[in-house]
Amino acid sequence: MARMTMIEALRSAMDVSLERDPSVIVFGEDVGYFGGVFRCTAGLQKKYGEERVFDTPINESAIVGLAVGMAAQGMKPCVEIQFADYMFPAYDQITQEAARLRHRSNEQFTCPMVVRMPTGGGIFGGQTHSQSPEALFTHVAGLKVVIPATPYDAKGLLIAAIEDPDPVIFLEPKRLYNGPFYGDHSGKSVPWSAHPAGEVPEGHYTVPLGKAAVVRAGSDVTVLTYGTMVYVTEAAVKETGRCVVVHEATRTSGFGAELIAEVQEACFWHLRAPIQRITGWDAPYPHAQEWDYFPSTARISRALNTVMED
Amino acid sequence: MSEVKLSFPHPPARPDQAPDFSNIEIPPVGSLPVPSMDIEGHDCWPYAVGMIRVLDDDNTAHGPWADYLGEVSADTLRQGLRDMLKMRALDRRMLNAQRQGKTSFYLQCTGEEAIGCGFQRQLEQGDMNFPTYRQQSLLVAADYPLEALMGQLYSNDLDPLKGRQLPIMHSARDYGYFSVSGNLGTQYVQAVGWAMACALRGNGKIATGWIGDGATASNDFHSALLSASTYQPPVVLNVVNNQWAISTNTAVARGKGDTYAARALGYGVPALRVDGNDYLAVLAVSRWAIDRTRSGHGPIVIEWFTYRAAAHSTSDDPSAYRAKGEAEAWPLGDPITRLKAHLIARGDWSEERHVQAEAELLDEVVQVQKTVESHGTFVKPKPTAPADIFNGVYAEMPPHLRRQRQEMGH
Ligand SMILES: Cc1ncc(C[n+]2csc(CCOP(=O)(O)OP(=O)(O)O)c2C)c(N)n1
Repeated sequence: MARMTMIEALRSAMDVSLERDPSVIVFGEDVGYFGGVFRCTAGLQKKYGEERVFDTPINESAIVGLAVGMAAQGMKPCVEIQFADYMFPAYDQITQEAARLRHRSNEQFTCPMVVRMPTGGGIFGGQTHSQSPEALFTHVAGLKVVIPATPYDAKGLLIAAIEDPDPVIFLEPKRLYNGPFYGDHSGKSVPWSAHPAGEVPEGHYTVPLGKAAVVRAGSDVTVLTYGTMVYVTEAAVKETGRCVVVHEATRTSGFGAELIAEVQEACFWHLRAPIQRITGWDAPYPHAQEWDYFPSTARISRALNTVMED
Repeated sequence: MSEVKLSFPHPPARPDQAPDFSNIEIPPVGSLPVPSMDIEGHDCWPYAVGMIRVLDDDNTAHGPWADYLGEVSADTLRQGLRDMLKMRALDRRMLNAQRQGKTSFYLQCTGEEAIGCGFQRQLEQGDMNFPTYRQQSLLVAADYPLEALMGQLYSNDLDPLKGRQLPIMHSARDYGYFSVSGNLGTQYVQAVGWAMACALRGNGKIATGWIGDGATASNDFHSALLSASTYQPPVVLNVVNNQWAISTNTAVARGKGDTYAARALGYGVPALRVDGNDYLAVLAVSRWAIDRTRSGHGPIVIEWFTYRAAAHSTSDDPSAYRAKGEAEAWPLGDPITRLKAHLIARGDWSEERHVQAEAELLDEVVQVQKTVESHGTFVKPKPTAPADIFNGVYAEMPPHLRRQRQEMGH
């Protein structure tokens, strides 16, 4: 076991995968020599050479388009989009090509690739460094979407994603790169080295895709969330058949709507109160007003109280 | 196994090496005549791979482009120098402000000041720039009020954009500065659309697109060139080739192509390459290109050859990826030093006047900075209006946003 930040855990996942499987290849903007603007790929080019880890021109549709071609040929590309906000030129390649290749070719061609991208806000990045576009991917048949919340999960999930036979969109909550975040931006930040989930095995392991983790068990209320909001929610929950859904992304047609639909289909007769939804507001992500936009512990507590009172 | 190998372009030097610009060919001043305004793309090859220069190594101005400029008044050049000095003072102060935690982010244009400062002074009221985040020099030379400019950087109540945008992503319609997007390349093709609308509406205005060498790799760069070629709108498409795109050397975006200007010729769009650190060359080529475009000769591409002397932004440390001392080794020098030397050689400037001008401009910047900081900084934030995030999403606020605003408590 080692202590790792989420950045180190992600790097370790790529390192382990590059080492084990010669068909794994890593590329994207600034990821080669420099090791990525968040340093997730630092040192990998030096270790594996530039045929396996390299810099690309600034063209996201090329990055993903190349990955589709390589994956179809038999390689396993794990590519980086510098910020999720910059994936839009690649949206066509991801949703119309990568997602459908297996189905439309009746499995003559497949697309085992991972598209990594930092997601979410909380770093004063303004509207082009803060968005949470997961619902734009979960809406697409043929894609798997992953958002880890701990270094341990990040590494295990990324290795599982690289080994997965289908395209995986891997969204990395950038506010969690260096430590958990409990919603108080002015407070002292805790590093991953001081958190149990910063314990990460050095070698190979996987965390299965598509399964929820129980962060805290209880019987009063169920809170469904992912990414950065796991910690903000955890901090707000004092006690736990009532349900609250929390995400950072904008509300309308967000993934929370999907979670609520699932819960009411399965548990309608057990619900004692309407399910509450705490999300980012339906406005472009602001710069200065970031902490009024970001779902706060206060908002989550209020929703928890509302479901408990109903 | 086959001998087929991929190519991975490299910069001329890395951190453990000495700067090396021996691969850069600098043609002599005067090597390219001023072409006729109806020059076609296929006749532009020498302009696309050569380099238009006016200021020689001995600080004199000569050659056909100097003749085209004619007698340039001392006042015009001193104005240019003051624009650039103001720009640099502003960049330094704002970088410091960010370091002191007074703002979240900043990004300088050090070494590239001549391009925006010289170009902007050739535009007319009503023309529209579609700038990137590194074209603040256009705003400075448009005499955009520093209070508004810094207010945006501090996201306080002097910010014309109400704190909605990351610092440096200005928007100033009345000063010909289109709202800057963080997504690279997207606005290059919008400039072509704006220019098409100018032509359709017959208003005599032009549009100008701006893009970095790195972002020429984007799809939208090609969309812009193709649309410009097809419809022949009045647009000047600028490529600021400052050699780096964050840590990625220009060799990666250029590939086996010759120059960015040469790329335009394949689309049949005329293109020129210019020494962007030569204020007089910037004046001459901007004037020629803008005149040409306004008088109906169609689009043109200008590659400004320059060097990004500072870090990419306050989030970047270039010592991790490029040779130390590269900016000082840049063979085309520094635009301020060169114009200053030229003015002194003409007898229209002196070291003393220069020192005095620097002090005056710094003082102007510092005075405005004080006022702006009294309206709040990141260290001492004044309450912003949180509910403002719901304004301007739509022309009229829909019911669901009203409900969310109430939920926020406003
Ligand atoms: C579509 C998109 N992809 C990636 C980025 C991240 N990014 C911001 S600036 C930059 C480098 C741009 O380099 P260049 O175009 O040469 O301009 P310069 O910064 O040198 O002025 C990158 C990759 C972005 N803003 N937009």
